[in-house]
Amino acid sequence: MEIFLQQIINGLVQGSVYALVALGYTMVYGILGLINFAHGEVVMVGAMLALSALTAMLGWGVPPLLALPLSLILAILGCMALGYSIERVAYRPLRHAPRLAPLITAIGVSIVLQNLAMMIWGRQYHAFPQLIDNQSHLIGGAIINDIQIIIFVMALAIMASLMVVVHRTRLGRAMRAVAENQHAAQLMGVDINRVISVTFMLGSALAAVAGLMVSANYGLAHYYMGFLLGLKAFTAAVLGGIGNLRGAMLGGLLLGLIESLGAGYIGDMTGGFLGSNYQDVFAFFVLIAVLVFRPSGLLGERIAERA
Amino acid sequence: MPNALRQFLTHGGKHQRQVMFWLLLGALLLLPFITDALLGRGWVRIADFAMLYIMLALGLNIVVGYAGLLDLGYIAFFAVGAYCYALTGSPHLAIAFPMLFPDGIHLSFWIVLPLAALVAGGFGVLLGAPTLRLRGDYLAIVTLGFGEIIRIFLNNLNAPFNLTNGPQGISRIDPIRMGDISLNATQGIFGIALPSVHLYFYLFLAFTALVIVISQRLEKSRIGRAWMAIREDEIAASAMGINTRNLKLLAFAMGAMFGGISGTLFAGFQGFVSPESFSLMESIMVLCMVVLGGMGNIAGVILGGVLLAILPEILRHSVVPLQQALFGKTLVDPESLRMLLFGGALIVMMLYRPAGLWPSRVRRRELDSDEAGVV
Amino acid sequence: MTATTPLLQLSSIGKQFGGLSALSGVSLHIRRGEIYGLIGPNGAGKTTLFNVITGLYQASSGEFQFNGNSYQAGKPHVLAQAGIARTFQNIRLFANLTALENVMIGRHLRTRAGVFGALLRNRATRNEERAITRRATELLHYVGIDKPGQTLAKHLSYGEQRRLEIARALATEPLLLALDEPAAGMNATETESLKSLLQTIRTGGITVLLIEHDVKLIMGLCDRIAVLDYGKKIAEGVPEQVRKDAAVIAAYLGGGNE
Repeated sequence: MEIFLQQIINGLVQGSVYALVALGYTMVYGILGLINFAHGEVVMVGAMLALSALTAMLGWGVPPLLALPLSLILAILGCMALGYSIERVAYRPLRHAPRLAPLITAIGVSIVLQNLAMMIWGRQYHAFPQLIDNQSHLIGGAIINDIQIIIFVMALAIMASLMVVVHRTRLGRAMRAVAENQHAAQLMGVDINRVISVTFMLGSALAAVAGLMVSANYGLAHYYMGFLLGLKAFTAAVLGGIGNLRGAMLGGLLLGLIESLGAGYIGDMTGGFLGSNYQDVFAFFVLIAVLVFRPSGLLGERIAERA
Repeated sequence: MPNALRQFLTHGGKHQRQVMFWLLLGALLLLPFITDALLGRGWVRIADFAMLYIMLALGLNIVVGYAGLLDLGYIAFFAVGAYCYALTGSPHLAIAFPMLFPDGIHLSFWIVLPLAALVAGGFGVLLGAPTLRLRGDYLAIVTLGFGEIIRIFLNNLNAPFNLTNGPQGISRIDPIRMGDISLNATQGIFGIALPSVHLYFYLFLAFTALVIVISQRLEKSRIGRAWMAIREDEIAASAMGINTRNLKLLAFAMGAMFGGISGTLFAGFQGFVSPESFSLMESIMVLCMVVLGGMGNIAGVILGGVLLAILPEILRHSVVPLQQALFGKTLVDPESLRMLLFGGALIVMMLYRPAGLWPSRVRRRELDSDEAGVV
Repeated sequence: MTATTPLLQLSSIGKQFGGLSALSGVSLHIRRGEIYGLIGPNGAGKTTLFNVITGLYQASSGEFQFNGNSYQAGKPHVLAQAGIARTFQNIRLFANLTALENVMIGRHLRTRAGVFGALLRNRATRNEERAITRRATELLHYVGIDKPGQTLAKHLSYGEQRRLEIARALATEPLLLALDEPAAGMNATETESLKSLLQTIRTGGITVLLIEHDVKLIMGLCDRIAVLDYGKKIAEGVPEQVRKDAAVIAAYLGGGNE
């Protein structure tokens, strides 16, 4: 029972990070109908930027509680610039090209980012510095620490504010209009290019936050971390119904739970045949299962089939 | 390409083409000796690998170039083929099942080859079936995941019983034999001593030729046209009576089989396989060959394969000395530079030259006649 | 099957998108050998009906009979096999293939060579390929595209692209040729030559279903016409009858749709 509760806690924390990344996929998909393959790498860049800034500032003697928000802001700004440039360079010129073209440039962008990151930050793992006295709390036999609590609360707060932006502001209305019908939105005077750019920047900002959270949660960051994380967050977006913001959040949390419970019990389920080192395969099987049985996802409309 | 040569190749008469063919064949047969004499010993091995990559690229070309389906985990089928032969042509299984196979299994390469092709094709169908009725993006991401999953399994299936030997990989794989001749030893033929890499060179040359012929025949057939119709406009294709789902599945399975075949050859050639040969980067490299050369055009894909297979050698011989000369130390290792170039090439090609370095004949003629966009 | 049973019989076809009803209770029949016109203001549901008949959409209610078989939700390739061929309102050619290849793809349905045929290139396959090429060339000529087969479809003129779509559809040997606004964007000469092409096709024994905005073309060409408005059939009959129909006049003039 303690294991069960522990896995639930771990799953929710990890899932809230997936949800933030999944939102980036789903927002871009909703507006452009494009899977932004490079999104996972934006998360990685966010984590690396934040970590570098943090380490540097701590080295200069900046107090941790000042260094953390500063480096987060830096990472957010860096990722927003990155997201903007990715769209401008790799996607915008191909908006009317055959479907294959932007997919291929997207994968090209991922590779470039990954290898640039490897050149800049090296192949080694970077440790997340100890900032706060990370205390553990015991709930019903399971352990949750301060960092996990901060991650979870912050993720929920960010998602709530995103919903407010999308549903209550002019910008959000423009985004929804473009998602609904680009042509009509344009006729109504919406600057489509601007809305698309802003969407990419918004998604990238979320990615930066998620990047910092992941590295804080695991205590490290690595140039290759974006790939699997991106794949899983995409799965979360599909699970919830790609193009649907609430779906991305739900999908993220669910995937976190599935993964964590699966990893906790896979040994029992397979009679010891498979161990927890298979944690990473769950997302994949979830993805396949969703695509087979409910390609529109849990909350999605029937937009998944056909072009 | 110089204009005169292009003219000669494309507009030459039948007789000229025949002469070209025999000249080319002669040059290819002599190639190992030429590179040995001019460039040094290592180049035949590089040529062997280049041909494995060309076979892979031609297989992927069926999927991406003809049918327009983006497969980002293509190397997984290569892995399936390689492990098929690694398991059934080595002493390895003696470790996992000492009672059942005290010496491991030592099936002949020529029996494993078609089986491995079928197994790889089967994986292709399993993977394609759920995704092919959906939009192409899903296939891309599912194959991306599959490529990674296969690696996770290969890395971890050394316990509870040792099937794949985990990250260490499987070694002592039987060499390919033709009759009584092992390709792993130097053989004398007509008084010429042919080292192992030369023997494999000729074997791979034959297989590459076969794969080229198959690709060519598929392209100029009812099936090939249906694939291209799907690539161009899936809805119009189905309105013309094409069963798009089945044909996409067929393309996917055919591509997977090509991957499986080259994987089997790879395992026999290397005598050793391990999961790290099958990383995402390898999939990307093969994709890059297809895109760089010209999607859907066999000659272009071959060109892409050759260029990218020798690129690491060029980089190794230029990047390090150049940096040493300029900065006195190596700042960027050739390997990461290579991947960076691949990624960059994918972007640049799609933006500025989507038809590739060597566009297909029809497209080229169109490019000559007018400057209208190719996209 | 006798020649008197209709080729296509729709029985109260309905189609909903979300909560919106695009078609409701549409019944009509098309006789063998006639040219049947479908008109109506923008958004009346013509193309939706078309997409149901050709299998792109599933009907939400009702069913249709084609050549004696019932369908409610056909797949496009199944209906093409049954003998319905179509063109598209916004031309959907295989843009990067040649004009000849476009028509050759139309032959896919009525030919058989599979992977083994392609790889072995045996006599049967070679003969079939020759027949495909010959037939495709004939059809190109038939619709009046005399450019060499090497021109990419996207580089044909607009009128030629429209006619190429018809040639491609004819290559499937249809019983019913369904054309979605074939004259859209054509000039007067092109429309005139399209008109005579359609008459020739009908004379060849193929039934034609036509959606068109060009009322003059449709009145001059069709044997019978149905009028859709807001997803319902409001009139049907020979051209003179429809022209005088009060509901039709109201829909076109009073509704303010056009």
